[in-house]
Amino acid sequence: MPLLKGDRFIKDSWIRIDGDADLPFAGDILVPFARLLQNWGEIARHPGLVGVVFPNSERAEALQSFLGRLSLIVLPFPAFTDGRAYSIGRQLRDLGFSGELRAAGNVLPDQLQFMLQVGFDAFEVPDRFPESVWQKAARSMSVSYQPVPGARNVWLARHGAPGGDRDDQDPWFEQPHAG
Amino acid sequence: MYRYDEFDATFVAERVKQFRGQVTRRLAGELAEDEFRPLRLQNGVYLQLHAYMLRIAIPYGELSSKKLRKLAFIARRYDKGFGHFTTRQNIQFNWPELVDVPDILDHLAEVEMHAIQTSGNCIRNVTADHFAGAAADEVADPRPYAEILRQWSSVHPEFSFLPRKFKIAVTGAERDRAAIQTHDIGLHLKKNAAGELGFAVYVGGGQGRTPMVAKKIRDFLPEADLLSYCTAILRVYNLYGRRDNKYKARIKILVMELGEKRFREEVEAEFPRTVHPTAELDSKELERISAYFAPPSFETLPKISGVFEQAKLDNAAFAKWARVNLAPHRVDGYGIVNISLKPAGGIPGDATAEQMRVVADLARRYSFDEVRVSHHQNLVLPHVKRDDVFTIWKVLDANGLATANLGLAGDIIACPGLDYCTLATARSIPVAQAISRRFADLERQHEIGPLKINISGCINACGHHHVGHIGILGLDKKGEEFYQITLGGSSSESASIGTILGPGFAGHEVADAIDTIIKTYLGLRHDGETFLDAYRRLGPKPFKEALYAAPQR
Amino acid sequence: MTVQVVTANRLRDGVIVWLTPALSWSEDYADSKVLRDEAEANAALEAAGIDVKARLVVGPYLAEFKETPEGLQAASARERIRASRLPTITPDQGSWTGRIAG
Repeated sequence: MPLLKGDRFIKDSWIRIDGDADLPFAGDILVPFARLLQNWGEIARHPGLVGVVFPNSERAEALQSFLGRLSLIVLPFPAFTDGRAYSIGRQLRDLGFSGELRAAGNVLPDQLQFMLQVGFDAFEVPDRFPESVWQKAARSMSVSYQPVPGARNVWLARHGAPGGDRDDQDPWFEQPHAG
Repeated sequence: MYRYDEFDATFVAERVKQFRGQVTRRLAGELAEDEFRPLRLQNGVYLQLHAYMLRIAIPYGELSSKKLRKLAFIARRYDKGFGHFTTRQNIQFNWPELVDVPDILDHLAEVEMHAIQTSGNCIRNVTADHFAGAAADEVADPRPYAEILRQWSSVHPEFSFLPRKFKIAVTGAERDRAAIQTHDIGLHLKKNAAGELGFAVYVGGGQGRTPMVAKKIRDFLPEADLLSYCTAILRVYNLYGRRDNKYKARIKILVMELGEKRFREEVEAEFPRTVHPTAELDSKELERISAYFAPPSFETLPKISGVFEQAKLDNAAFAKWARVNLAPHRVDGYGIVNISLKPAGGIPGDATAEQMRVVADLARRYSFDEVRVSHHQNLVLPHVKRDDVFTIWKVLDANGLATANLGLAGDIIACPGLDYCTLATARSIPVAQAISRRFADLERQHEIGPLKINISGCINACGHHHVGHIGILGLDKKGEEFYQITLGGSSSESASIGTILGPGFAGHEVADAIDTIIKTYLGLRHDGETFLDAYRRLGPKPFKEALYAAPQR
Repeated sequence: MTVQVVTANRLRDGVIVWLTPALSWSEDYADSKVLRDEAEANAALEAAGIDVKARLVVGPYLAEFKETPEGLQAASARERIRASRLPTITPDQGSWTGRIAG
């Protein structure tokens, strides 16, 4: 599946570790949450970057103590109608996570802007849509009643806040969000 | 009344453009139906029994003459010349074609209207007391809060894929005319001892398969915390609401399964985390919005209107209507006109394009250009000089809009039912019509007194039958329609869920059954006792006996 | 005798349609292809599925009808109302027993 980040498809350089497979000697590793809990000692000592696949049935706080060592968190969407990971993503950003927050599973162009707005900055997407569709989808709405990247915040624009209302806001504006 | 600024206008315009693109992609095969469905639902487009249905948002039930005329235009141009006002203060059109919907939405955008989030697993229309800003007993106007909640909830990126729909209602008086205790979040706007504004917050009310009265989780939430607190509630629901079973997915089930105490703890734990940096901004925005709801420039008038009093003496029909359909206004010399959309034998809540134009004109001329939709499926002219009421009544009367049955047996609330709705198990409108014809005699309705009859065509309870004094639920028995009767529900501040009386009835038996129930009440009531009070005193027993002891059952 | 037909809504305008023996869609239930066994029913649903993909119709399903000397009759209140293609009510009338076709 293509990996969408920063408005284009990029190569996924992460090594997925399944089940009990041994960790490689080097490289950036992506482990399931259960494995993270089981083998934290070994994983924390790994020379490359560490990422985790975090199920949407878990509480965001369960990752809190690991956040300093994590560079990637993948949040799967088991069905595109299952919106739990929008809140989990938001909570992880509020907890201070500033690495890559990736949506996986059922991601459609019509959801892209929502996901960007709650703090996701990378997406495993179905390969039937070209890049241009995703670029358009990221900019679908130019205004929002919420303070989010990539859209003018209506309330900020009305009441003015220094630097808070930017016309040039890039939907892929660097994470994390303010608050 | 709230007016869009450039941002609101841009928001709606972009949303319509987005949906137009989605419709195009759907028709071109780039989107499958299961991908398109949640998108069209969030733009108010249902696929019903006979056709698509478009549900248009009427935020907290408030309309201007311009908006109402536009709805009349849409009824004529894109539909069959009528519309249906709903139990959530919205309007539904039953026959739009999918290909026309983007155009309809463009027309609506011209008058600052839309169909955003009137369906789907998202936050729906925020409803409020239909007498807001006018009622004599109002403590504070709920509309600015309904408006800020509307904006806050519109296309909220975090809360667009909830386990299920989410409904919020706000009231600003002790008498609850917004049925807040049967909503997912119910907000009672009030003042504390220090005179500060805040809310009692209720969560987990609802109807449907498992009707419940909401639990109060906060006695007094300061107004500045409203959005942060609601965000906390929504986040707890989004994270922990059930997603395994459609019939157990509302927040009321979560509140029940966690227990009130644990649920409240979850919300209170989340609340400090959701104090987003715009808390100060919320206050500024609220202040800006409130300016739109400043009272109109009322004239200083005497309490008694000579013209009005004389007209009542001269015209008995008018006097009857005024007694029932005119509600007290907080300003001397003014009144609240209630327009019943329940003529005897008619379809509850329906209005023709012509009728909509008539009401729009009356609103413009006599009610500071304001007209409201109530969740009882009637219309309201909130600020009318008593001097003008007779003139208005004559126009209403000439257009089939002067039925003097507000809150009486003929003022039936009914969902569209199996005649229109794919979810329905039985028809509700013919039942309403049969009962309405049976009680057509206004004298009899007045004799019976206040009586709310609610009819739902299926277990989803869109007719709110659980909170009817008499509730009727349409079911299916081996492919045929079949009706269960409940008694003793109430959507007021002393909310209660009705109890089932016994075995159900065939469609043609329902009017008789209601007649028997009412005769029983009339025979047993104390002086001045309403139906609901009598039921609460007597319990179901005498009604059961009367209904089921009779030989033909 | 109870038989089945395939019915759906047209995508563009939502109008109720029935699958005909020619595997086209008619707005009149009387034109329906009558399905008497599981094999016929499955084949018909498959044909309908092709038209879903072709963006002609939405939500096809099997509806029960009765074969009578007068022709096909819907077997439930719901299908009777769909077959009449109109609500049973008129604005100021509405009879309990009347008005549902088929």
